[in-house]
Amino acid sequence: MKKKIFSMHLNVDSFLPASAEEKAYMVQMRPSSTFFRDGVKRFIKNKVALVSLIVIVIVVLSCIIIPMFLPYSYDQMLGVQLGKPVDPSYNNLAPFEFGTTEQAKIDAGEDVFPHIFGTDAQGRDYFARILYGTRISLAVGFFASIIVLLIGMTVGSISGYFGGKVDLVIMRIVDIIYSLPDMLLIILLASALKQTNLDEIIRGTILERIGANIISLFIVFGVLYWVSMSRLIRGQILSLREQEYVLASQAAGAKGKWIIFKHLMPNCISVVIISTALQIPSAIFTESYLSFLGLGVNAPMPSLGSLASDALNGINSYPLRLVIPAVVISLIVLSLNLLGDGLRDAFDPKLNG
Amino acid sequence: MNTKTLGYILKRVLLALLTILVVITITFFVMHAVPGGPFLGEKAISDAAKAALEAKYGLDKPLFQQYLTYLKDIITEFDFGPSIKQRGREVIDIIVDGMRTSAKLGLAAAAIALAFGTVLGSVAALRRNKFIDRVIMVITTAFVSMPSFIMGMFMLLLFTVKFTIFPANGAEAGGLVLPIIALSLSPMANITRLTRSSMLDVLGQDYIRTAKAKGVSGVKTIFGHALKNALIPVITYFGPMLAYIVTGSLVVEQIFAVPGIGRSFVSSIINRDYTLIMGTTIVLAILIVIMNLVSDILYKVIDPRITLE
Repeated sequence: MKKKIFSMHLNVDSFLPASAEEKAYMVQMRPSSTFFRDGVKRFIKNKVALVSLIVIVIVVLSCIIIPMFLPYSYDQMLGVQLGKPVDPSYNNLAPFEFGTTEQAKIDAGEDVFPHIFGTDAQGRDYFARILYGTRISLAVGFFASIIVLLIGMTVGSISGYFGGKVDLVIMRIVDIIYSLPDMLLIILLASALKQTNLDEIIRGTILERIGANIISLFIVFGVLYWVSMSRLIRGQILSLREQEYVLASQAAGAKGKWIIFKHLMPNCISVVIISTALQIPSAIFTESYLSFLGLGVNAPMPSLGSLASDALNGINSYPLRLVIPAVVISLIVLSLNLLGDGLRDAFDPKLNG
Repeated sequence: MNTKTLGYILKRVLLALLTILVVITITFFVMHAVPGGPFLGEKAISDAAKAALEAKYGLDKPLFQQYLTYLKDIITEFDFGPSIKQRGREVIDIIVDGMRTSAKLGLAAAAIALAFGTVLGSVAALRRNKFIDRVIMVITTAFVSMPSFIMGMFMLLLFTVKFTIFPANGAEAGGLVLPIIALSLSPMANITRLTRSSMLDVLGQDYIRTAKAKGVSGVKTIFGHALKNALIPVITYFGPMLAYIVTGSLVVEQIFAVPGIGRSFVSSIINRDYTLIMGTTIVLAILIVIMNLVSDILYKVIDPRITLE
């Protein structure tokens, strides 16, 4: 049909169904990117964070895998053998030195695994102790953060969800705990818990294997550190509830479950994961601090803090024993912090102030 | 000062008082929940002697009454009772004694952190993305997350064992140098980063452009206009800085054998000197709470743009 220039008639062709060709034209050329994939892309671009991630993975894997193949355990005094007098040649070995019986074996042509970092004053392989201590420190940091997350999430979401008087009361309590000087109270709690007979309470339960001191560390963390997490989660829930996309979703007929799982959770989860990740180094720091004061893990179990604190006495003769745990703590804390920052930059552009 | 500001200050003061009360309460009940009691330990004593001792220290009364007495003594005369392990000494005397050295240590560390932090932060902001800025940022990133006791141990190793420049004993002359540096590095790094970001913020403001446009010299713009405003957020860090220095000094004093409050606190934990543990915790906590209060209020009062909740 021919169209006159000034005619008000609409062109009928415009209302024909689209052909396959036209449809193909409208299809997006690139695959749609998800939030997660965007974040990963941003994260990989961040060299510092990537290097920290690699460092952490190496540290974690080595302190899990290497002890399986290491012929020495963290509490085995190499100079002490059944039915023989204590062999002092195993005490205070320098790196890659051997005790007398080991030297004899080597002379006889046998292979003996070297003491990479030497041994300590009681003839325990220091490399094994460092690996085990790193494992303890990392585990304490990780589980303490999980505990903080669980308590914080429960309280925070109760407070944010119910609002009103419940919220008011909880938030006043949080305010007070927040303004308490946490480190002092942690020392106080830890020193009090060290005197209680927690050992007897947990005897026979699964908790016994973890040890009373680590449990009291967890209690200490759980009591004081959840407040900032619960504040964060409450704030998230309150602000997300008022977002326009939630309203839009409601207008489109979405029900509560859909909104919670499709809108609230995905937007909340990245913030929560990031602040949990940032909690780990602070927990590791607190643990090593307490162990340094003698309030952390029980001997003979090592942690990086207690290893450093033990080494302080022999600083003049065996400085290496102080340097190694100190370097490992610094490395872990620094790279976890940088990793957390990198995660925040990559996955939560809003937080980046 | 308007009523809103006054209301805010009142609210903060009340919260601080409540916090102190909570600290005292927690400290008291936690320490009294410890089984065994203070006289259980090294020497076995007869029941009669134990009863006499308990009567002397008022430990035979009901717990809540003990608590009220303890609270009353602290509030009315700042009295924390006698030390259990150091015969004949009052807890408050031991604390004041230790404070003399620790205050020197802490104040010097805070002053150094403040001076170097603001200067380095301003330099980094003014030379943004230049080489010097990069160097400062890398170093401060490392220092921020380095625990002070690790720092202290490295310094002990480096300057007293490897090169004997400073004495390892904090009681000797010059012995405070290393602990001061060990305590100041992390707050300094924090202040540097804080100053840098707030300086960058200020340098982008309209009034800086106005000052430049009307021909004010660069130096005058920086010191008269930019720095003054850029330093306001640093005030908020005073509270956390004091808390950091206090907790840091507990171990740093231990490492360098400084005869301060931190060292006596740590040894009181080891000796189970309950009254001293309680007294020190409460005094240090009060210090931190007051410092937080002061820095919070100062921040809001100095900068009129900040809206009060």
